[in-house]
Amino acid sequence: MARMSLDLTVNGERRKVDVDTRTTVLDLLREQLGLTGSKKGCDHGQCGACTVLVAGRRVLGCLVLAVTLEGAEVTTVEGLADGDDLHPVQRAFLDADAFQCGYCTPGQLCSAVGMLREVGEGWPSVVTPPGATVSVSSLGPDEVRERMSGNLCRCGAYVNIVPAVLAARR
Amino acid sequence: MNDVVRPVMQDAVAAAPTRVDGRDKVTGRARYAVEHPVEDVVWAWPVTSTVAKGRVTEIDASEANGTEGVIAVLTHANAPRLGETDDAELQLLQSDRVAYRGQVCALVVGETVESARAGADAVRVRYDEAEHDVVLDARHPAMFTPEKVNPGFPTDTSIGDPDTAFAVAAVQLDATYTTPTEHNHAMEPHATTASWGADGTLTLYDSNQGSTGVARVMADLFGLQVRAVHVISEHVGGGFGSKGTPRPNIVLAAMAAQAVGRPVRLALGRQHMFSLVGYRTPTIQRLRLGATTDGVLRSLVHDVWEQTSTLDDFAEQTAVISRMLYAAPARRTTHRLVRLDVPTPSWMRAPGEAPGSFALESAMDELAAACDLDPVELRVRNEPDVDPESGKPFSSRNLVACLREGARRFGWEQRDPTPGVRRDGRWLVGTGVASSTYPARTAPSQARMSIGSDGVVTVELNAVDIGTGSRTALTQIAAEAMDLPTDRVRLRIGDSTLPPAMIAGGSMGLTSWGSAIVKGARQLRELVGRRDGAIPEDGLEVTADTAEEVRAVSGYARHAFGAQFCEVRVDADTGEVRVPRLLGVFAVGRVINARTARSQLVGGMTMGLSMALHEEGVVDVQHGDNVNHDLAGYHIAAHADVADVDAMWLEEHDEHLNLVGAKGIGEIGIVGTAAAVANAVHHATGVRVRDLPIRVDRLLGRG
Repeated sequence: MARMSLDLTVNGERRKVDVDTRTTVLDLLREQLGLTGSKKGCDHGQCGACTVLVAGRRVLGCLVLAVTLEGAEVTTVEGLADGDDLHPVQRAFLDADAFQCGYCTPGQLCSAVGMLREVGEGWPSVVTPPGATVSVSSLGPDEVRERMSGNLCRCGAYVNIVPAVLAARR
Repeated sequence: MNDVVRPVMQDAVAAAPTRVDGRDKVTGRARYAVEHPVEDVVWAWPVTSTVAKGRVTEIDASEANGTEGVIAVLTHANAPRLGETDDAELQLLQSDRVAYRGQVCALVVGETVESARAGADAVRVRYDEAEHDVVLDARHPAMFTPEKVNPGFPTDTSIGDPDTAFAVAAVQLDATYTTPTEHNHAMEPHATTASWGADGTLTLYDSNQGSTGVARVMADLFGLQVRAVHVISEHVGGGFGSKGTPRPNIVLAAMAAQAVGRPVRLALGRQHMFSLVGYRTPTIQRLRLGATTDGVLRSLVHDVWEQTSTLDDFAEQTAVISRMLYAAPARRTTHRLVRLDVPTPSWMRAPGEAPGSFALESAMDELAAACDLDPVELRVRNEPDVDPESGKPFSSRNLVACLREGARRFGWEQRDPTPGVRRDGRWLVGTGVASSTYPARTAPSQARMSIGSDGVVTVELNAVDIGTGSRTALTQIAAEAMDLPTDRVRLRIGDSTLPPAMIAGGSMGLTSWGSAIVKGARQLRELVGRRDGAIPEDGLEVTADTAEEVRAVSGYARHAFGAQFCEVRVDADTGEVRVPRLLGVFAVGRVINARTARSQLVGGMTMGLSMALHEEGVVDVQHGDNVNHDLAGYHIAAHADVADVDAMWLEEHDEHLNLVGAKGIGEIGIVGTAAAVANAVHHATGVRVRDLPIRVDRLLGRG
């Protein structure tokens, strides 16, 4: 099988890896780099458990081939905290009991971080009224629900995740 | 007995400890079944049948074997022979018979997940295909009466003469309801890492709801002593019933590891989970309610038709809820089953009660309308003094209190019962109610408890935390029972070498495990007391076993109760249904951790909402398969589907349950939700949807 080597940055660390060209970002992280925080829930872009950040943007790790990430900066759930200091979104999830089994949680967390950045840049969603501007400070629950809908949670923690995301803005 | 004080408020939730494993889960450190580092590990991927019935005539593995990275291809011709167990679904690769589409007919082992999957794609299977039969129909000629319904209830029950009582009743309701195939779909697919030791021992990191039984079944399948099998389940990404017993993944992984002499990982793909890990049977349910004009039931008949496979009889206890929820002097319940060419149905959250409550609680709503009575009042009028079938008193029964408190909090009193008259712009608005109930049971469990000279207590039992918060709640129970702060308690769970314990299932995990811990704590404190508190250097240890307490016959009927109130908005033009509000008030005995308990109840209600509006396994009649076998086609509730869902509970003291005083809360949240939604949809639109899910076409009269 064809293989390629590539350089990328994962959670702030430069990594040089040799990958099977069929390998997804998700499998690269989990199987080659030992970063099993990103989860495989469906492996074809329908559950969001594998959501990671590439250059700060939300990406489904199972739908992106690793070979496309030459020079990219990848952030996974393992890279959100600053040492022992949890990221505000992680802290809020813990306080709001925004998870049960924890399997969708890394994807929800990365998705929330990426989503807040999108909002900060003024990206509208389908529930944003036409012509309205969005901002992190004015973000409401309906916007969070819409923007987080790519991240499924079978335990049904949605009603705790939404307030956790809103609380983490501060 | 019925000592209701007040609903537990938000402050109780805020005051409860956060999850002891929460930090591991939000940082990605928590390890699930295929995430533990193992040297020299390889991957396996199943090949599944593309016909629904017949024989495998040829498996051509030549191309697969020639695929780079492929180590082995296992089929029924070369796979290790397995021992017998009760579960025919685990007799994997043992014969050429195909019993359903999606059954495992080969297994490819590769150096990587990519090579295993490429190899699986290259396996060519030929079949002698037979005509399949996959459609449930109440008039199916092969319908039969199963010996019992799960987990051991009588198939049929009858009291008095319900036919005559129905025939002479002033108000009669005769309606048929259906629920579709539903899938558990825990977010973590069923997964195992298997490795064989040089001494013939088998180590398995596995995603399950309780490994005591898993280890026993694996020992039987592989001809081992139970002590030679070690199952570790540190973190489990949900189960909802589908991980209560071993599934094909663990057997295949162990087989593959045996065949290739290396550790093997196998995580099922999401699409495999539609055929290989169980599902909830579709049901057809006929309800006949006969009542007086003031809404008092004189006759209650609940007849159920459902399916099983040709491999095993699995009989969901769908009508059992109608045996105890309401009073009626004449009553009957029946269950009929048909063996189809489908995967074997299995356990899914609130087996029996979840589909059964949709029919019963929809019918009660229809009866309330027929009697021109408020649906809360109708339920109050049919409250039994004792368990209607057994005649036993209830250990505690606070259904009416839940209905009253829920009605008050929801603002039910202002409700105009007329259907289809409230409009807010393009939205039709309505509200509905349904009762919830689930049995409060306890199973034998053991706990080993020790105290060191440093005063730290170690608690060991084979419980598991599948997301329910058991790791947190059991730590609290142990600390309270030992009268120590929680930081003086070490809890070890999720390992089959620990003292045997109940699975996380049937809403019996916490009650069973907690009881063993409370008993162990009493023994340990007595032991310490006898030594006047002097703890020797090597500590003191006891092992408690609750088998005796649990098996003692109770003179009480023991059940948890609740009431769910729902507001819906239905788009008058498109039929789109939104649920802005869902409130559950429950009476579940003692609650150990208000934070995780609320999450679990809300989670069950959210799954119930999903059942009401979205979930439907669609049968492909032509190919004998599921049409919608992925999470795009089989939609489960997403963020945007769920608005304000809240759960609270009444303070309830019940001394007739178990040593914890808890009733268990894993299932009750999903019981009644779908009926509450359907009843609200009727109130909003005037359209009675008797078939789940409540699809747009059904609302528009075209379904």
